[in-house]
Amino acid sequence: MDEIIPVVRDYIIREYLEEGDDRDINETTPLISSGLVDSFSMVSLLRFLEKRYSIHIPDEAATPEAFNTVERIARLVRRFQKTEVGSV
Amino acid sequence: MAFSDSFRHDYHTEIEGIRAAGLFKEERYIHSPQSSEIEVEFPTGASVRKCINICSNNYLGLSSHPEVIAAAHAGLDSRGYGMSSVRFICGTQDMHRELEKRLTQFLGSEDTLLFPSCMDANAGFFEACLNERDVMIADRLVHASIVDGMRLSKAMQDTYKHSDMGHLEEKLSEHQDKRFRIVITDGVFSMDGDTAKLADIVALAERYNAMVFVDDSHATGFIGATGRGTHEHCGVFGKIDVITTTLGKALGGASGGCVSARRELVEMCRQRARPYLFSNAVAPVIVAGALKVLDLISTSTERRDKLEWNTRYWRGLLKEAGFDIKEGDTPIVPVMLYDAKLAQEIAHDLFEEGVYAVGFFFPVVPKGQARIRTQLSAAHEKHHLDRAIEAFRKVGKKHGILGLGRKELMARCAA
Repeated sequence: MDEIIPVVRDYIIREYLEEGDDRDINETTPLISSGLVDSFSMVSLLRFLEKRYSIHIPDEAATPEAFNTVERIARLVRRFQKTEVGSV
Repeated sequence: MAFSDSFRHDYHTEIEGIRAAGLFKEERYIHSPQSSEIEVEFPTGASVRKCINICSNNYLGLSSHPEVIAAAHAGLDSRGYGMSSVRFICGTQDMHRELEKRLTQFLGSEDTLLFPSCMDANAGFFEACLNERDVMIADRLVHASIVDGMRLSKAMQDTYKHSDMGHLEEKLSEHQDKRFRIVITDGVFSMDGDTAKLADIVALAERYNAMVFVDDSHATGFIGATGRGTHEHCGVFGKIDVITTTLGKALGGASGGCVSARRELVEMCRQRARPYLFSNAVAPVIVAGALKVLDLISTSTERRDKLEWNTRYWRGLLKEAGFDIKEGDTPIVPVMLYDAKLAQEIAHDLFEEGVYAVGFFFPVVPKGQARIRTQLSAAHEKHHLDRAIEAFRKVGKKHGILGLGRKELMARCAA
């Protein structure tokens, strides 16, 4: 679980922060509700998570609420990692 | 009754929520043709007052031009009022074909297809021309109609940071396993008024084997030395694979749009684009007006030259007065205020001073980025702009915002 949070946080910083934007992104920083990530740009984050962790996140689970913080995203990843293991 | 009291109550609550958040938009009723000066009734029932209009897309001042109106009248007389048909059934007149040819020449493409609007062109193109083996890579600030159109396509979606060529290159490299890649951008971005780095985008697209799509709605007719658009301005005329644009802004301001592109892509739209297949043909009166507009702007650059002068002059006036504006050289000049309520109050006060401008706030722009988007027209004379800046100064002073930069304005709003 601990490995997921820094990986997701680093991706968010690289993918979404403009050059010169030095705002702090921690586990509970609002991502969607702050406007840093919107539903249009969220697709690349979703694809990164699925590829990195070899999971599939269905559309109904990929909600703005589920993606609003790094901590919630990590929780989502763990949930679908368990689902993938359970399906073997 | 299907629309029960509970439905009505829930919607009412949601609408009141929009109002309470300071995000409610209201129409103002204009009692005159579109022009640099208009007669406005606001609020509803108030006396009509004359205002300087500084927020229209009437960039070349052709929305009420007598020659355009005369040509539209002639079109009504010779070709009737409406087609009552989609294009492929019995909705295509010789004038539609003529306008498509003229737009092809003007924009430097291989073929053109008219749509009821550029919104429809953007809604139809991606679904018609791409499939699940392809990827669309869009600038994050593309127009809402492009976002909607991309969502209708089965192609993969990806985005790059606004005008960040390094990030775009990463995405192009990442997606080399796809059948087709298409880079999507506005030519001139509608909310910030900045211009896409089209020369760099074209170079990257050539290196990574991708198509280039540009929505040039806020550029066609006046950007570039002869008004062909952003591609002319950036030195890549003839190198853009797809241009969508509108007849509803500089090119007469009525309605209509088009896809102007490589001939195979236009043919795909003609065969498969849903807004083309299922929506009524552009009315003859609109086509006739648009043909006259193309006559006027193809034979002289006088109007786009005047617009360029007006743009430089207005930007200089706003900066000198101490407003925080987005840098650029297009006739879209956002006056940044950041707070939605402040934007609305200033728009209201400007109206009281005889200047018509509207506050832009969420969801039209991101939260915390509210502004008044001023737009120049070739119909503006110097005295209009001098009068307008006096109003802006007076209102800016009243609200204590002159000389404040972004951080101070944002801090002021947070207080």
